[in-house]
Order: sequence, then C-alpha cells, then structure tokens
Amino acid sequence: MIRSSLLIGTLALALAACNGEPEPPQYGASPNLPEPQRGLLPSMKIPRPAQWGNDLPKVPQGYKIQPIATDLKIPRQTIVLPNGDILVAEGSGGNAPTLRPKDLIAGFIKSLGKSSVKGGDRLTLLRDADGDGTYEMQGVFADKLNAPYGLALVNGSIYVANQDALVRFAYQDGQTQASGPPVKVADLPAVINHHWTKAMTASADGRFLYVGIGSNSNITERGMDAEEDRAMVWQIDSQTGAHKPYATGLRNPTALTVQPGSGQLWAVVNERDEIGPNLVPDYLTSLQEGGFYGWPYSYWGQNVDPRAQPQDPEKVAAAIRPDYALGSHVAALGVSFSTPAMGENFADGVFVGEHGSWNRSVPVGYRVIFVPFRDGKPAGEPIDFVSGFLVDDGNTRGRPVGVTVDPRGALIVADDLSNTIWRVTRASP
Amino acid sequence: MVALSHLGVSRPLHPLHAILLAFPLPLFLGALISDFAYRSSFHIQWANFSSWLIAGGLFVGAFAVLWALINLFRRGPASKGRLVVYFVVLLATWGFGFVNALIHAKDAWATMPEGLYLSAITTLLALVAAWIGYSGFHRAGEVK
Repeated sequence: MIRSSLLIGTLALALAACNGEPEPPQYGASPNLPEPQRGLLPSMKIPRPAQWGNDLPKVPQGYKIQPIATDLKIPRQTIVLPNGDILVAEGSGGNAPTLRPKDLIAGFIKSLGKSSVKGGDRLTLLRDADGDGTYEMQGVFADKLNAPYGLALVNGSIYVANQDALVRFAYQDGQTQASGPPVKVADLPAVINHHWTKAMTASADGRFLYVGIGSNSNITERGMDAEEDRAMVWQIDSQTGAHKPYATGLRNPTALTVQPGSGQLWAVVNERDEIGPNLVPDYLTSLQEGGFYGWPYSYWGQNVDPRAQPQDPEKVAAAIRPDYALGSHVAALGVSFSTPAMGENFADGVFVGEHGSWNRSVPVGYRVIFVPFRDGKPAGEPIDFVSGFLVDDGNTRGRPVGVTVDPRGALIVADDLSNTIWRVTRASP
Repeated sequence: MVALSHLGVSRPLHPLHAILLAFPLPLFLGALISDFAYRSSFHIQWANFSSWLIAGGLFVGAFAVLWALINLFRRGPASKGRLVVYFVVLLATWGFGFVNALIHAKDAWATMPEGLYLSAITTLLALVAAWIGYSGFHRAGEVK
C-alpha cells in the first residue's frame, strides 16, 4: 500500500511537472520565462520514427520540396560549393561514459527517437549536372572521418570539423573525390564529447574559422573539470591552426554562420534541460568577441541556475542576453542567411533547422523556420518554412538538422532521421 | 505462544534472507555519507557514488522485501505481528529509497538538499528494518 501510494505520488508529481503546457510560444528578444520546475521524473516524450510513404514535408504556397538524396548515413550539415555541388557531412559522435544509473535509462529512451543507421563518418557529394533539380550524381567525396559536422570552403580548401580535430582537403572546382587523406589543422576538445558536434563557419575573408564546442553535460553533472575548453566558440587561424576562445558560456552552439555584408558571426545555441517544459529557450544570437552568455551559472542574462555549484556571481553579472529566443527544447541545429533569390517573403532573414524536443510532453520543433530580419536584426515572429514532420499520433517522419541556402535560390535541409537531403525551391512561376 | 515467549526461542532469518537484508543499510548509509561529501566539496563524483549506492540498495533490497512478503503468507497467524511490522518498515525503506533514487537522477546540485534528507530517512528506516529482522521471529509452527 505504501508503495502504491508512493507510486501515485510520483505520478502526480510527474504530471504536475507537465502543467502549464502548452504555453504561448517564446519568441523574440524578451521571452516570458516561467519559474524553474521539475517533478520527480523529467517530462520525456520521444516521437518515434514513422515513414513518409508518398507524403512530403509542407512548404509555403509557391514553393516545392523534393528529396534529392536518400539512404544516407546520418546527414547533419551541408555546404553548397561554387559549382552548385552539395557536400553532406554524415556521422554520429560522442563517447560519453555512463556515470549514473540514469544515463543508462535516459540513453535508451532517447535512442528510440533516432535512426538505427550507423553514422557514415564521410562526406557525400551530390551533383545536378544539367540543372533540372534532380541530383543524379551521388558519390563519396571522402570517408574514414571521425563524426564530421561543420563544413567550410575557403582558401581553396574544404575544412571539415571532425568531433576531435579540424582537418582540410585541397579542393578544385568540379572535384568529386578528395585527392588524398586530409591534413590536420588543429585538435579540437574531444574528451567525453557529451555534446560532440563541432559546428563551423569561416570569416568572410577566410582568415579565421569559428568552431562551436558544446558543453560536456546538461548542467555540470559531469563535474566542472570536464567543462574546460567547452561551451564556447573558438576562433581558429585557418593557416596556423592557432586558436583562442571567441565567445563563451554557450551551452551548445550547434550551428554558426556569418551575416552577408556585415561579416557578423551568428549562432544558434541549445540551452539547458530539466527545469521545465518552457525553460530555457534555445536561441539565435550574434556573438560578441569576448562575450560570455551565461552557461552554466545563469540563463537568458542574469537568471541564476543553482544547479551549477559553486556559483560565480561575477560571471552571472557579466552574462549577455541573447538576441532572439526560438522556444524551449526546439533543438535548433542549423542556421543559414537567406538571399533575395529565395523570394520576396523570405529574402531577408535566417532559416533555422529545429531537430525537435524530447524533454517536453508536447513536442516542439521538428521543422525549419524562417526568422525575418530588418536592419540586420531579427524582427518579428518566426514563420514555418518546412513542417509536417510530426504526424498526428505523436510520431515523426523526420528531424531537420543543418540548413544551407543555395545562392541560386534553394534551401537544402539535412534530415538525420529519414536520412534524406531535402531541397526547397520556388515553384515554377 | 506463551510457552514460546517463556523459552525465548527466536528463530534467526534464513541465511539467504539475512544476506539480502545485509545490503540496504550499509549501501544507504554510504549514500548518506557520500551526499555529505558532495554537499561540502561540490565534487560531482560523490553524487555519482550516491546514485549507484542507492541503486544497489534498491536492487538487493527488493529481494529482501519480496522474501518478507512471502513470509507473511508462509507462517501461521500466531506470530504475524512482528512479521508485518518488519515487512512494512522494509517496504517503506524501499519506497523512500526509490524516491531518493529519482531525486538523485536530477542533474548536479538539483539533488540538494532533498537527496540528503531522503538518504538520512532511508538509512534510518534500513537500520530499523535490519534491527527487527536480525532480532528473529517466532515460528508459529513451534507452538503447536
């Protein structure tokens, strides 16, 4: 009897933790931040994989979407090369050990929402030689990489951010295969790799590469020592490999991009879990050189997170508020600035790929949004650009990761659940 | 019954039951000490130790609870009182231990201070359960 009443109590607490959902969406510069809350069990809802059949994701009127590559091995990020070829980084990383009984259980539950395919550890090249929108050629550009993620083409080289090192391949226009193994430019922090993805972009002049290095925990539960050189963006000299922290306190900077014109560096960042369905909003922000953005001590500016101990009041006071909230637990993993070629309504702004939530009873994310900009800054509510991944029964047919704007007027979306590359273009006028 | 009390004959636990009952107290006590260490040092490994110690106490303790439950039905009605108390205290130990495990599954300092309090309560309950259990039980069959 005692046990059953305890179980009921546990359930009641767990249910109590779900109250208040769904809240009004948290978008923009001043999101509504509720009080932190956590029942005895964290809210977990994992949409299980479902099939597309003959369906396609939803795009706005006047646009069409096509799969241009399928049966890939966990595609994450893409770049469009000058000749229009698309390079896809495929892989799965991380080697975080099981520290607690919880890690066993949570790891199993989260795995239910992922593809069972093994990461390819390779770069795939897609080519549409005749420009008809069908990428008839698909080949391996390079393999035997280590969970490649960030990609950049500068200085006549393709730079690849593996989970443990920044490497480069010499590249000539039209090349379909790397001419040899890559050259290492710099080692990247790789111990544990709880958040293993190494997002990357290059400065406009090609002098620097910016690499995002996620934290080694949700909120320091692997110890403060494990967070050395984590939760920050490095600036790496593309010639020498020398690095320095460019911005810190960024829990998991999962995608980086440089704003055309201003050369300003922007990031999407995934914030901490387990303090409620509406905390903490993931965000899109410009990165100030030397700026500190709160993790682990505080979130969204000066909101202290007492789970991180010992606290550092000076750091909290210095924490910068991000520019634009994307909503809690949406898991933004891709960002790319638009161009006028994308059409009038989507000409000025960024596309953001949202992998989707697990720590929330009502799933959010699972879509690509467009955040409109005005005068170089986010302005207004996000607009669904690619959606329809979630199906009515709570399962999902895909999970968007990297998004890349093709200057010819197309959006390339990597989907690491259905192992597909999607291409959104304007429907023929 | 009366005769038995006179004789003071108290049957010890079955050896295997005794071995199972030997686990919860030291493991939950270890978790309590580990929680104190975490509270004073902020060193996360102590919190990890607590989690595993509690999990171990729950795992083996579950079999002790099961044994205590079966004993309720195996024995004659005459000596049930102490058996029931023993079972209830052991079950309460397990129940609080389970809630404590959930609390310890929170990240970093979120286990504090509730985790420490619950570790203290489960340790105390485990002590009482062990005390009753190792004091032995009269066997109803012997009265007849």
